Amino acid sequence: MSISLTRETAPAVLIQRRVPIGLIALLLIAFVVVPLTGNDYWLNAILIPFLVLSLAGLGLNLLTGYTGQTSVGAAGFMAVGAFATYGFLLRLPELGLPVALLGGGLISAVVGFVFGLPSSRIKGFYLMVTTLAAQFFLEWLFVKFPWFYNYGSSGTISAPKLALFGHDLNTPLGRYLLTLTTVLLLTWVAVNLVKSQIGRNWMAIRDMDTAAAVIGIPVVRYKHLAFAVSSFYLGIAGALWAFAYLGTASASSFDINRSFQILFIIIIGGMGSIAGNFVGAAFISLLPILLSHAGQALFGGSVDAGQLQNLQKIIFGVLIILFLIKEPEGLIRLLSNLRERLSHWPLRF
Amino acid sequence: MTFFFETLLGGLLAGTMYSLVAIGFVLIYKASGVFNFAQGAMLLFAALTFVSLHDQGVPFALALLLTVVVMIIGALLIERLVLRPLVNRSQITLFMATLGLSFIIEGLAQGLMGSQVRALDLGIDDVPLFIGGMMVSQFDLIAAAAAIVLVTVLALLFNKTRIGVSLRAVADDTTAALSIGINLNRIWQIVWAVAGIVGLVAGLLWGARQGVQFSLSLVVLKALPVLIIGGFTSIGGAIVGGLIVGAAENLAEVYIGPLIGGGITPWFAYVLALAFLYIRPAGLFGERAIERV
Repeated sequence: MSISLTRETAPAVLIQRRVPIGLIALLLIAFVVVPLTGNDYWLNAILIPFLVLSLAGLGLNLLTGYTGQTSVGAAGFMAVGAFATYGFLLRLPELGLPVALLGGGLISAVVGFVFGLPSSRIKGFYLMVTTLAAQFFLEWLFVKFPWFYNYGSSGTISAPKLALFGHDLNTPLGRYLLTLTTVLLLTWVAVNLVKSQIGRNWMAIRDMDTAAAVIGIPVVRYKHLAFAVSSFYLGIAGALWAFAYLGTASASSFDINRSFQILFIIIIGGMGSIAGNFVGAAFISLLPILLSHAGQALFGGSVDAGQLQNLQKIIFGVLIILFLIKEPEGLIRLLSNLRERLSHWPLRF
Repeated sequence: MTFFFETLLGGLLAGTMYSLVAIGFVLIYKASGVFNFAQGAMLLFAALTFVSLHDQGVPFALALLLTVVVMIIGALLIERLVLRPLVNRSQITLFMATLGLSFIIEGLAQGLMGSQVRALDLGIDDVPLFIGGMMVSQFDLIAAAAAIVLVTVLALLFNKTRIGVSLRAVADDTTAALSIGINLNRIWQIVWAVAGIVGLVAGLLWGARQGVQFSLSLVVLKALPVLIIGGFTSIGGAIVGGLIVGAAENLAEVYIGPLIGGGITPWFAYVLALAFLYIRPAGLFGERAIERV
């Protein structure tokens, strides 16, 4: 904290922009090394869900971590994005994939704005329960009205042919690159957004909305904006979840447990941090895989799947509570502390 | 017209069942400002423990007593391991801790006692009675009576005993309560134990209704709109909210449901709660927070 402060107040000459080596290395790995070496299992089962969950976490973090409006309806907005994108691809196929995705996000943003309207009068836990209203209403909507899933008998939506400028994206690699590009673009936008006037206003509202109103921030307008932007991100994440990861989705792919999962991502990763979403999503998507592998190795299939699931649930709960007690600012804080220590190593201060 | 009143009455009685769940929330929220999402899990745990003991051949009264003991031990553990390390944290942190807690309790309950549906027979026949030409479920009447008894006992506890006075003091101003020597940790233990026992009563009634199984912990989602309408800090509000939600839900399912495709119960209560919130942002009986900069 103190270091960043001196940097902000230092004369311009002293601030030398370093080449972001870490970032470039990460991008190289993501765009070159992974496509060359990754096999289908890694792409399909680990990397794509990780990226999509990161994006969903990012969307929720803009609302909860930056603007301070707790929401447990994240999956509802993801469902809107998925079903809207499906609708665009199905009924207006000439739009193409990027426009359909964008359209899905925009429709989700409108829905988020509508469900965010109560935030002008309500706050705290009362507002949280209204986001539950969104969750249940939207789930019901996408089950009850067959128009949304094109009158299929099973109530599911599956991806029409994913293609971009004539390139087929239906291979695991294609879907990975589609997800990666979308997530990176949106992350870049988010990084700039939270540094802008908008982001600063959001944080002022989060820290104390009465004080923010007193210094002249239009609190209500910015809360509504946060709901809309957050839902835009969630909507696109939902579309990617349905089409890049699952392939075939239904309203039950976006139930309340998904909402909680995304909430956990931002708690564990770090509220009010962009990078935290990626760390949290990695943790959430890798932990079940690790636990089931560990269970296999320890008990060798002698324990039934149900018990393993219960155990997984308990470990999950314990970890969440431990995190809240030990590191309320999340894994990202832990990592930055570690980096701080390493940068002074072997000196200790 | 009889049908209308029958629907209304059925809804009101079902509403008392919602109130029972909501009261557990209010107790904990009043005394510690914690929005206890684990209430549903506690309900499931209590009901499962009771059914498991009962199935082992333990007599009814003893099983009930043992379950109460288990819930008290659980409350002590929760206070020691979860709440005390998190003291003075923001409300939202505590809420998320209870989310984690609900995972642990659900996992424990199902891991230890199995996840199949258990039948629970409380010895109450679910036969319809006819009162003034209207059909009323006897079970619902007894559930409503249980709710009334419970609320009376709680009201006495809160208003007439020393513990009750300190509970209210803590709810009013934690720092001031601490400074006059009220043992905050003890208060929290008591409140969570009482909430556990309320959860047991609710769990038994709900369990007898729909079988003791995992979906019991989802009852918590039914109780949230009740809380919103009644306000987080009022036991009376929880009762009134429960009645309103129960009645409105039943009437809406019968009269509005068919117009828009039916199956509207999962969200109707929430929309109703939203409507109430627009008019009264802190619920019907909730305390309006005054904010200072």
